[in-house]
Amino acid sequence: MFLINCPYCGERDQSEFSCGGEAHIVRPKQPTELSDDQWAEYLFMRKNIKGVQFERWNHAHGCRKWFNMVRDTSNDKIHAIYKMGEKPPVE
Amino acid sequence: MKNKYSIFSLIKNAFSQHENWKQAWGDPEPKKEYEAIIIGGGGHGLATAYYLAKKHNMRNIAVLEKGWIGGGNTGRNTTIIRSNYLWDASAGLYDHALKIWENLSQELNYNIMFSQRGVMNLAHNLQDVRDLKRRTHANRLNGIDAVWLNTDQVKEFCPIINTSPDIRYPVLGGTLQRRAGTARHDAVAWGYARGADEMGVDIIQNCEVKGIKRNGDQVEGVETSKGFIKTKKIGVVAAGHSSVIANMAGLKLPLESKPLQALVSEPVKPIIDTVVMSNAVHAYVSQSDKGELVIGAGTDAYVSYTQRGSHDVVEGTLKAILELYPIFSRMKMLRQWGGIVDICPDASPIISKTNIKGLYFNCGWGTGGFKATPGSGDLFAHTIANDEPHKLNAAFNLNRFVSGDLVDEHGAAAVAH
Repeated sequence: MFLINCPYCGERDQSEFSCGGEAHIVRPKQPTELSDDQWAEYLFMRKNIKGVQFERWNHAHGCRKWFNMVRDTSNDKIHAIYKMGEKPPVE
Repeated sequence: MKNKYSIFSLIKNAFSQHENWKQAWGDPEPKKEYEAIIIGGGGHGLATAYYLAKKHNMRNIAVLEKGWIGGGNTGRNTTIIRSNYLWDASAGLYDHALKIWENLSQELNYNIMFSQRGVMNLAHNLQDVRDLKRRTHANRLNGIDAVWLNTDQVKEFCPIINTSPDIRYPVLGGTLQRRAGTARHDAVAWGYARGADEMGVDIIQNCEVKGIKRNGDQVEGVETSKGFIKTKKIGVVAAGHSSVIANMAGLKLPLESKPLQALVSEPVKPIIDTVVMSNAVHAYVSQSDKGELVIGAGTDAYVSYTQRGSHDVVEGTLKAILELYPIFSRMKMLRQWGGIVDICPDASPIISKTNIKGLYFNCGWGTGGFKATPGSGDLFAHTIANDEPHKLNAAFNLNRFVSGDLVDEHGAAAVAH
């Protein structure tokens, strides 16, 4: 349990948000061209990192907008929050 | 068996004030090389080593545990055992485990306190009723005992449940598996450790795996905090940390690791003599032999390795518990904890070879691995020894995420496993 600083609403309790999983998984441009292995990779395989991970979050019980978050999954510390479409921070 | 536990050994040791009991397993330093290495000294890992030694005669093996044995999810679950799963593959897997549970104390010469007190699953809406009835029929076709109970029968079986039609999610009935129940989770780890140790398995605690050495498509050994250990076969049974080990080998798994919480109350006199689970409102409760209520809550909805979990998850579960069991309203909760569970997209486990030779994974048990411990160990040992899955775990291969042949147990297991 932690606080999340929504880029649109400010700091709110984590229970107001829902997590959309790993960020920056690109939707296939040519779905018909994909092999079964590539579909499995896109649909199911996840990095599931213990450490700094990039994620999508949604302020479900607030503005309902999506944004990205850089969070350390080993201690739930949030390193950065940035809007959809913005470049992920390097560090 | 060198130090068989019996009424006679108990009497004999009573005369020496129980000060001369022998250590149940050793504390060896790792050898340079093993025939096989099991990563993870929880129930599943120790059971795997036990069956590798017992049924496949592989004695030169080691179990590596980064903490102490049974200190992870084995000691953190709510100890529920049942096999009433919907699909044939799952029914086969979990009932195989249940059959081993029924004779495990005798087999291990270790009292695991297996208690077939029954598990009841409640239905709270029309869809629940349909799903659970369907599951009951599927179970019986697979030879698994299951009965449907109407509301009055639920009340008769467990009188403290509030079956009033006025509550937010009224009890419309439920299923009962009488062979299901609970076991003492620590004893399962200790019993398997003692059995494996006796057959020559090295159980190495405080030994963290730091890397997996590969030569092309073949594993060569593991880098650990106690140095490099050579081996040709590695069985990974690392639960919530499976992805961490997979990353070391350059593999990606279809897993997400999340904290799952449980809590226990202060101990009270016997009040509930069965296990009652409710998926719809996400609350399940049983009573330990010490008298504590053992309550299972849900997972957080995001990846985390923190072994804590959020407060709102516990709050939601306790709200449901209070509505279903108003008698518990004055109870105090003593302890709360979290364990990191690795969840597959289809809510079924993976017991499988990988495309790296000599690397095997037993993971993805999600929120319900404890009940499968003996069966999982037995089938994983078979898979490692023969480099081929047993027919009971063939469906639980890693390739199902490519072929699409998933074992979708969300309907039968969903939240409360």
